[in-house]
Amino acid sequence: MSGELAGKVALVTGSARGIGREIALALSLEGAAVAVADVAGDDGPESTRRRLESRGGRAAYYRLDVTDFEAAAETVRQVTLDLGGLHILVNNAGITGDQALGRMRAEEWRRVLEVNLGGAFNLARAASRIMLRQREGRIVNLSSIVARIGRSGQTNYAASKAGIEGLTRSLALELAHRGITVNAVAPGFIDTEMTRLLPAETREEIFDRIPMKRPGTAAEVAELVVFLAGPHAAYITGQTLHVNGGLYFS
Amino acid sequence: MSVKDRVLELVLENLEVDAAAVVPAAKFIDDLGVSSMDLWELVLVMEDVFDLEVPDEDLAKIVTIQDAIDFIESCLGRKEV
Repeated sequence: MSGELAGKVALVTGSARGIGREIALALSLEGAAVAVADVAGDDGPESTRRRLESRGGRAAYYRLDVTDFEAAAETVRQVTLDLGGLHILVNNAGITGDQALGRMRAEEWRRVLEVNLGGAFNLARAASRIMLRQREGRIVNLSSIVARIGRSGQTNYAASKAGIEGLTRSLALELAHRGITVNAVAPGFIDTEMTRLLPAETREEIFDRIPMKRPGTAAEVAELVVFLAGPHAAYITGQTLHVNGGLYFS
Repeated sequence: MSVKDRVLELVLENLEVDAAAVVPAAKFIDDLGVSSMDLWELVLVMEDVFDLEVPDEDLAKIVTIQDAIDFIESCLGRKEV
């Protein structure tokens, strides 16, 4: 544990499982106190928090629906009080709602935009004020390769992630003069509970298209997030960094 | 120094405005031509300088320089800094 984030407080949304959970673990291993936020009603978030603490890290769990503007502001306020500030925000909470556009219900379109893009707005809105006053902060937003290369059935998801990238660039410009960086990470095909549900044949087809012939691991995405949250990335802002085994070059 | 003088000083230091136009009655956006982004930055500077926080609801009420002076004076409970 090299502790490059010792003394820092991080809030990771959607960290009950998958990539978010790996991000929370990786930040914690670097010494950050981590606020695990998730809407999940099951044991997921608590188990993440316990795992962080069992490795000697400080962690707290906050039940949060990122689409709730007021709740997001309240959670950020509470994290600042409980853990002593807010230095790192990772907007990872996201859902898919795959459907051909011609058959997509208005609610399926709206919901994905609301969680993925609206959620990032709600959290960044609350966090940026604190970071501006601290004159210190890192915001990392999870995008996706799909924002650039598209995917049939994911017009809503791809639109939300492309939106994340635009938000990232604009917010980076707003916060740069106080040394706060805002970046996005765009994973390619990652091996998680969610992608393991795809039929074996689909997975094989996808792996074949990836130059490295394998999916990425959630840890490989988390490592990039930790880098962007850390002291060595202070001059990187407004960027979308891709981690995809060569599947797409930005 | 009075809060009023300090605020006028901060406006001159932080905004690109014509010094002659910087009077308490001046409206930031309509009279001084300040963008909402620049006004937000000025508010952050004032929060730093006076060690206070301007909640969202009160931010919207700061239209003129005098509004800012009044708000700060009421937070501090005094007119001198």
